Amino acid sequence: MPWRRLTITLAIIAPILALLAYGFTRDAHYIVSPLIAKPATPFMITLFDGRKITLDDLRGKAVFVNFWASWCLPCREEARDLEVAWQKVKDNNMVFLGVALQDTDKNSLEFLKEFNVSYPNGKDESGKIAVDYGTWGIPESFFIDPQGRITYKHVGGIRAALVIAKLEEAAKGIVSAQEGKGDYSAIR
Amino acid sequence: MTANLGHSSILLAFIIALAGIVSPIIAARSGDQRYLSIARYAILAQFILVTLAATALIYGLVTTDFSIKYVAFNTTRATPVYYRVTGLWGALEGSLLLWEWILIIFSGVVAWLYRDRHKDTLPWVIMIFCIVSAFFLGVVGFLSNPFEIISPVPLDGRGLNPLLEDANMMTHPPLLYTGFVGLTVPYAFAMAALIVGKLDEAWIVSTRRWTIIAWFFLTAGNLVGAWWSYHVLGWGGYWAWDPVENAAFMPWLPATAFLHSIQVQERRRMLKVWNLSLIIVAFSLTIFGTFLTRSGILSSIHAFSSGPVGGFFLGFLAVILLASFGLVAYRADLLKEQPELDSMVSRESAFLLNNIVLVSALFTIFLGTIFPLLSEAVAGVQVSVGAPYFNSVTVPLFLFLVFLMGVGPMIAWRRASWDNLKRNFFWPATASLTLGLVLFIWKVRDFLPLLGFTLLAFVVLSIFYDTGLALRARKRIAGEGILRGLVTLARRNQRRYGGFVVHLGIVLIMMGIAGSMTYSLEREATMAVKQELQLGNYRVQFEGLKGSQQPTHFRVEGAFRVFHNGNDQGILNPALKFFPTQQSPVGRAVHQSSLDEDIYLILSGFSEVDRNHATLKVLVRPLVIWMWIGGFVIALGTLICISPIGKPATLEE
Repeated sequence: MPWRRLTITLAIIAPILALLAYGFTRDAHYIVSPLIAKPATPFMITLFDGRKITLDDLRGKAVFVNFWASWCLPCREEARDLEVAWQKVKDNNMVFLGVALQDTDKNSLEFLKEFNVSYPNGKDESGKIAVDYGTWGIPESFFIDPQGRITYKHVGGIRAALVIAKLEEAAKGIVSAQEGKGDYSAIR
Repeated sequence: MTANLGHSSILLAFIIALAGIVSPIIAARSGDQRYLSIARYAILAQFILVTLAATALIYGLVTTDFSIKYVAFNTTRATPVYYRVTGLWGALEGSLLLWEWILIIFSGVVAWLYRDRHKDTLPWVIMIFCIVSAFFLGVVGFLSNPFEIISPVPLDGRGLNPLLEDANMMTHPPLLYTGFVGLTVPYAFAMAALIVGKLDEAWIVSTRRWTIIAWFFLTAGNLVGAWWSYHVLGWGGYWAWDPVENAAFMPWLPATAFLHSIQVQERRRMLKVWNLSLIIVAFSLTIFGTFLTRSGILSSIHAFSSGPVGGFFLGFLAVILLASFGLVAYRADLLKEQPELDSMVSRESAFLLNNIVLVSALFTIFLGTIFPLLSEAVAGVQVSVGAPYFNSVTVPLFLFLVFLMGVGPMIAWRRASWDNLKRNFFWPATASLTLGLVLFIWKVRDFLPLLGFTLLAFVVLSIFYDTGLALRARKRIAGEGILRGLVTLARRNQRRYGGFVVHLGIVLIMMGIAGSMTYSLEREATMAVKQELQLGNYRVQFEGLKGSQQPTHFRVEGAFRVFHNGNDQGILNPALKFFPTQQSPVGRAVHQSSLDEDIYLILSGFSEVDRNHATLKVLVRPLVIWMWIGGFVIALGTLICISPIGKPATLEE
């Protein structure tokens, strides 16, 4: 009786295929960050203008940390938005910090000039900051409240309105349950 | 121009492939035999067109025609010509074209070789080839087109990933693809046999050689991949149980099982459904492998470009599985088994056990590979299983397999008598147990390696013992010496003695794996100039660092003098390469091989201030070289199996 065999075959094959198809509904790179609501790892970064900043210096302010590189297309797409957001919030006890990684200084500086970026930017020389923050796709942004806790993480491009909204939440110490996601480039 | 020529060839070939699918059906419906020759010409035409397309792409790569996006992304003006050619499989689009090219070459050879035979099944074989070919042509033509144009034309290309610029990367993908594609041949014959309803052993007999060839290329492809990983990646290992590696290895398991179980069907007319299932599974896994690699559904250390092709591969996989197993179910009445196993102590049952072990290994590896997906679907959390899982489940299975490798070829068919067992196994078993005891007394005290080495010795001894007995018979019958006798034996029974040689190769590979898995030494230390580090029989002395600016990167090289048992072995220079756009430096490990062990040096860091300190990781990996030697032994065995040196076998075996 072929029907019985056929049913058995189908019963074995169909779940496997369904499982594989399910694979398309999610992003294998995407892992929920364990850093949310935890104290942000301290770091020191040398800015492109030569100043040195540590995360501790920024305690008491809401901080927006953005990882980027000049070769990353989604970074280009969000660059103008970030500058717009910065112009809006810079006097409200809020800080922006751009962290360039896997990039040459020359290309990074050209990128900053192209988009008229005016907030502080530095280079993650050894890649250690990116490792500490579990960065896997850029741009990647972290929001840190005045007590130094990470309140929100966004992988991929982000819009100005969201940056401002999340910074205001960070200023009040509100932690987001969900992480955000946009277009990103995987880092090598 | 080049791009247009290539792309139109692909599109035309796609249409012809569709004709090749339809014409056997029309021929069967109408009885008009002329439609059958259409199918054959369809293969020929596809062969010409795909060769034209592949040549066009290679021409574009060699002449650095950057108006073709694929060329711009995979070569630069500075790329040497041979790496421009290998750019053909440097990324997804070209790889698929290469796959299709190999497939159509195989199909052409099959259609030509069997032009006067298998009159009833050959059109269906060609139809299956055309289906697979049409799928790949469709993907290459419409989804992942290697001939896509970019404008404006860039001045220079981006180039290959520097890690891929290596001689082994020139051979690894084509070998693997050839293995994958080779499995299409037995699969196509199996499907044709099911369609026609001629389910005797004919399809197995006519594809036996093809299966052996495919199996060899699969083995070689995996080994070269392991060698590349060991030689270039600089982590001291050769296998990481990464999803992509598993994808390449998984088809090997049912293919190996199939090679053994078809012998049971040939001899005893048993396992018909089983053999059909094995070849369907093996072929499906080649498609599954590409799906896994290119869909991005699992994260892998192998950064492959993925595109929109994943869904189509999944769809094709679904079609293959449902249609093939559907056909098996449809023909269930013709597949009724006749004989049963006569005894559990027989060659049939040894082969059956071998199959069960291989399929279990496949199942556990498959499960481990898709586990992140499964756990996320069921529990909502992505959990990966790593090397410890794979090692702990597969090692016992493979050890059992080694045991069967010693037993299977020598034990009698149907029912092994006590005499047969005693005659074939008493001396090999006694000798290998003695050797195990010696190893234990000498230094091997851990259970698994001790068992492993004893079993491996058992396989070798049983092969030598059996061959020795046969040689003695040759001497008695024909007065032949050892060499002459070996040649006669190999010619009389190619598959048996070729198989023995392949088994010896597998033993060598297993020996390398067992040695390096269990007795590797590892040490990492920061050393000042002239300081020494001792590991096993080796002493390594740090002689200094040297930095140099290379065209694409800055290179820091350490000089380390290596002493083995006090003898100066010369200087090794592990290096770190700093590419400006890569986060961490790319290591260039170096190693020195000998028959008993390799020493492997990795420069893991250095002091940027005074350049007098370096951190060095030293690994001593015993017996690794035997894995690569084993590969060559397998090649020799395969050659003995398939080369036309044979004389008709007499009844003595």
